[in-house]
Amino acid sequence: MLKKRDDFEDILEERRTSSDLRYALRCYTPVLYKGVTPCKTSVLKSMVLQSDQLHYVINQVSKESGRAADDVREEASAILEEMAHSLQLSTVRFFAFMLSKVFKTLFRSICVNEEGIQRLQQAIQEHPVVLLPSHRSYMDFLLMSYILYTYDVALPVIAAGMDFMGMKFVGEMLRMSGAFFIRRSFGGDKLYWSVFSEYVKTMLKNGYAPVEFFLEGTRSRTSKSLTPKLGLLNIVMDPFLKGEVFDVNVVPVSISYERILEESLYARELLGVPKPKESTSGLFKARKVLSEDYGSIHVYFGQPVSVRSLAEGRVNRCQFNLVPRHIPRRPSEEIQSFVNDSAYRLVRAQEENMVLKPWVLLASLLLQNHHQNRAAGQKPGMALDELTTQAVWLRDVSRQYGAFLHWPDHTSPSEVVSSGLSLHRALVRVCEGRVQLAVEQGVYLTVTPEEELLSQAVVVLSCASYRNQMLHVFVRPALLASAIHIASSNQKQEVFNSFSFLRNMFSSEFILCPGATVQDFEEACYLLVKTGVLQVTQQEVLVTERGHRTLAFLTSMLDPFLQGYQVRETFSVSEDTETLTEKQFIPAVRKVSLCFSVCTSTLHRTLLRYAEVLSSDLQKNALAALQRLGAVRKIKGYVGFHHPCVPGWLD
Amino acid sequence: MNVLSTCAASACQQAVCRALCSVVTKGNIVGVPVGTHPYHKFEIMKWNGWGYSDSRFLFNKKGQAEFTGKRYRLSGMIIPGLKDWFEGTFGANLQHKTPPTPLLTNTAVPPATLNEAFVEEVKSTGIPFSHDAEDRVFRAHGHCLHEIFALREGKIGRVPDMVVWPSCHNDVVKIVQLACKHNVCLMPYGGGTSVSSALECPPEETRSIVSLDTSQMNRILWIDEKNLTAHVEAGIVGQDLERLLNESGYCTGHEPDSMEFSSLGGWVATRASGMKKNIYGNIEDLVVHIKMVTPQGVIEKSCQGPRMSTGPDIHHFIMGSEGTLGVVTEVTMKIRPMPEYQKYGSVVFPNFEQGVACLREVAKQRCAPASIRLMDNEQFKFGHALKPQVSSIFTSFLDGLKKFYITKFKGFDPNHLCVATLLFEGNREKVLQHEKQVYDIAAKFGGLAAGEDNGQRGYMLTFVIAYLRDLGMDYYVIGESFETSVPWDRVLDICRNVKARIIRECKDKGVQFPPLSTCRVTQTYDAGACVYFYFAFNYRGLSDPVHVYEQVEHAAREEILANGGSLSHHHGVGKLRKEWMRDTISNVGMGMLKSVKDYVDPNNIFGNRNLL
Repeated sequence: MLKKRDDFEDILEERRTSSDLRYALRCYTPVLYKGVTPCKTSVLKSMVLQSDQLHYVINQVSKESGRAADDVREEASAILEEMAHSLQLSTVRFFAFMLSKVFKTLFRSICVNEEGIQRLQQAIQEHPVVLLPSHRSYMDFLLMSYILYTYDVALPVIAAGMDFMGMKFVGEMLRMSGAFFIRRSFGGDKLYWSVFSEYVKTMLKNGYAPVEFFLEGTRSRTSKSLTPKLGLLNIVMDPFLKGEVFDVNVVPVSISYERILEESLYARELLGVPKPKESTSGLFKARKVLSEDYGSIHVYFGQPVSVRSLAEGRVNRCQFNLVPRHIPRRPSEEIQSFVNDSAYRLVRAQEENMVLKPWVLLASLLLQNHHQNRAAGQKPGMALDELTTQAVWLRDVSRQYGAFLHWPDHTSPSEVVSSGLSLHRALVRVCEGRVQLAVEQGVYLTVTPEEELLSQAVVVLSCASYRNQMLHVFVRPALLASAIHIASSNQKQEVFNSFSFLRNMFSSEFILCPGATVQDFEEACYLLVKTGVLQVTQQEVLVTERGHRTLAFLTSMLDPFLQGYQVRETFSVSEDTETLTEKQFIPAVRKVSLCFSVCTSTLHRTLLRYAEVLSSDLQKNALAALQRLGAVRKIKGYVGFHHPCVPGWLD
Repeated sequence: MNVLSTCAASACQQAVCRALCSVVTKGNIVGVPVGTHPYHKFEIMKWNGWGYSDSRFLFNKKGQAEFTGKRYRLSGMIIPGLKDWFEGTFGANLQHKTPPTPLLTNTAVPPATLNEAFVEEVKSTGIPFSHDAEDRVFRAHGHCLHEIFALREGKIGRVPDMVVWPSCHNDVVKIVQLACKHNVCLMPYGGGTSVSSALECPPEETRSIVSLDTSQMNRILWIDEKNLTAHVEAGIVGQDLERLLNESGYCTGHEPDSMEFSSLGGWVATRASGMKKNIYGNIEDLVVHIKMVTPQGVIEKSCQGPRMSTGPDIHHFIMGSEGTLGVVTEVTMKIRPMPEYQKYGSVVFPNFEQGVACLREVAKQRCAPASIRLMDNEQFKFGHALKPQVSSIFTSFLDGLKKFYITKFKGFDPNHLCVATLLFEGNREKVLQHEKQVYDIAAKFGGLAAGEDNGQRGYMLTFVIAYLRDLGMDYYVIGESFETSVPWDRVLDICRNVKARIIRECKDKGVQFPPLSTCRVTQTYDAGACVYFYFAFNYRGLSDPVHVYEQVEHAAREEILANGGSLSHHHGVGKLRKEWMRDTISNVGMGMLKSVKDYVDPNNIFGNRNLL
């Protein structure tokens, strides 16, 4: 499980010692794809507009709608204008200069694995390349281009959501630094889809530039990887599947922030404060973030994944033999499932190389402690040295489970812990040798208990987002641990059934590849056996003497989630109306949850130990899960319940 | 009607046969064969390589390549560029030799399992036969790499137990009847140029295997000048057919690259294609009437109507049957008056993409010359390396000037440019007109006329390439060609992907040196093209080079199929490509072919196990 990973280099180090201006103006000569014929953006656009595929769709749309073909072509051209990037080196240089300044104030270091850059450079020469960075911050794509510029690697073109276009000036700046803009939804718009897919494919096939997009579709507000979106992945795999290129290399990139810029913003958003519309003025208001310390960033360029080798033995490419390739067709089931599996694989590849800081361990421990103390009504927080001991224990455990943990070995554990705590002083408080979450600050002098609860929840959710960074390391063992916990016996089959149930329930919550239940179960068993927590025989799953501690840790890791799904069920019982529209649903649940939390009933107190329950992300996933399990039915945008619906163990 | 040889003559021929027979069984024939091909082919041809024994490439004491013999234009010439190209391309070294086993040792040949009753009856018909090791070994293989490689190492697998030489249709009828009677396995043998493992004896065959060599059925039986057809025995080889027809002022125009050695019956049995198909058509366009002897009797049509609507064309059961249904004995095929004027030509394109676009346009306008082929850059360089030593300073000066013009003045990148070779045929005026039309199209795609010489050399290459493989095999280099047909919109993609796949697979399989992976477009059709791939590598450092070779070829074929290419354009399926037949023609298609086989040959007398 433990993989050899590359070493990091800090790219800011050089920026702190030499001229930013010279850096922004230096000679930039990236290595290009061997088959590339360099062309201007205007040539690129006309290639797209003259492509067979677009030609076909224009005629089709014209026939169906009765509009003149020229008219439709005009529209296509307008769509392309709205979409296309206009990468300019001068803008890139401007950003290189500006970002150097910004990064140096915000971050202590930006660490990049140079071997990964070398592999990327190699890959770019050989085949068209797709860059798939993880998405946790607005910063991500500027950061990516910044790093690639620094290392003299070909600059990517980046798929960005249309919402950026709202920021007049910035939108154009981003366009000139390689972003192209796509509408968030264009469901049935054949023409739009066709222009979009042809545009991406044309750039990819000709090796014009690496194509970059976010597999997760949007920024993860929770720091958990999101269920991958397949649209763009389908598009970039298509040229390979249709034989238009020999191969496509997909490079997962893991960007880990020690402290996320949007930290509390995300928490508020999850709690129902709507996301502020992107606007230029909003960006300037965000200036106050400039005065804070956001620690370091680690960017890990993963091993390039060849689409050809992914498809080997999975996809029969002959299926494209009998219809001209430019005629758009819905991907076959075989291809859909291939793309889906590949997407999960790639997200897992991103997760694997996410760097975890000691703070992530601390956040997990503090959250668990917070919840336990609340449940037991004890004094909040834990002793600093207790936290340190536990952190050291968790450090060793997570390393055993393959976590990519950056724990400075030359420093003493107590120093590591206190430096982690001090960076995140907005979330934790150290007082009289005790550490606790900064929930009971009373600074806001809140009027209503609801507001008080919400402000506490912001802190909890922020902490949870750090804990979530290590979920991918533990999710399978944790599912197994919980399965053992809820299973009626030690029988392996019994445990497997519980595992399978939980896994199915949480399949929108965590990155669990559909159909891989057996593999996941085996992986979990392997890890827990290897670390001496379990003994697994043919028939039974037994917990060892020293395994209880790990097991308890793992189960409580999933607890908030189980709790959340339970509230969902409670809600369904307590709400009078049997149907709700989907949009009403989440606010309604939040309202009920809030009521529960503030009411004095001890039952509900216990029930809602976890502020995380208030997260809209969790609630959305829970709804999806209940739907999948057949407890809830969606009827044209309405949500209906089947009673009785939820398995007994939840009660 | 110009009767060259009548049926009466065949009675007389039989008398000769009988006289010969006694001699043959003693293993020593005296007698002059009618065609180029004697009974004991190994007397003039290599037993473990391509072509005539007197013609081969070698590196002389000075390290220069030369081609021996007197048969070809290149014969006796020094090829100065070959050594550098060879060493540079393959990383080969003239110090590292892999000479073949010089002589066939009879002990290596498994003893013949004879069906005595069959042998006795054949003897009584007077049809010549032999069970000498040399004769049997010679008919046990085609020219796949693994077959030749094994022979060079002196390794002999299952070989036919006996060879028979029928000299006319009736002889074949008798042999097939006897084979059925005695349950003997028959394997028809024509020119032996198969590259599909079609001639390999199935190792699981327990019956006596008899190779039915058609080489002595090599007469033109009549020529019909009114209808422009000729009735020919199927054992005749291409060069004899053309030569004999030429004597009467005619030709078939069917010129597969193997025409020196391949036979008419073989063409029919594999659905052959000729270089000049644009004028004359492929074999299916050329045949008017076919006679085939099967275990169920003789199959043929009742008339020579040029086209018939009488259900599925039975010729199409015969063509491509690869010896699994019977022996083709006589064929009536179209002939044409010999062309008045022939002209070679060539066009240089800045890159392969432009070249393909030009060929596509030529096909679209349906103005393809007799032959038009497009070589990629690697093959262009290869062709260049085969330029014989020039006699005068003037020519070499001219060459230099041409090179300067194309690369410097016109700005073609020598590592990207590619060349199309052309052959025009017809009357002089039309040829010149046609030539202009084609060159005008080429010009639109950036093509520059590059002279007749380059064109002619290009075509010569096809005849000597197989000899070159033998040279490579003397120095650790093995290779082969394979082909496919593909729709126009896929041509570039398939060329790029298959070449890249070959390189990738070689690397993955541990080949120490970069392979030669090159292609050319050799035929154009309305809806697509035929693409040929050449692939060779230096196998120093590999313990089982043939296995590596086969794995790479297998992968390349998978790649071809995945890119919309066909299983074969004209080489056929044999046993080498059988595994892909079901996917290629569907289950029902397989069932159809199987049911034909089951009816025609229920006891699997024609048991070479090709195709299905």
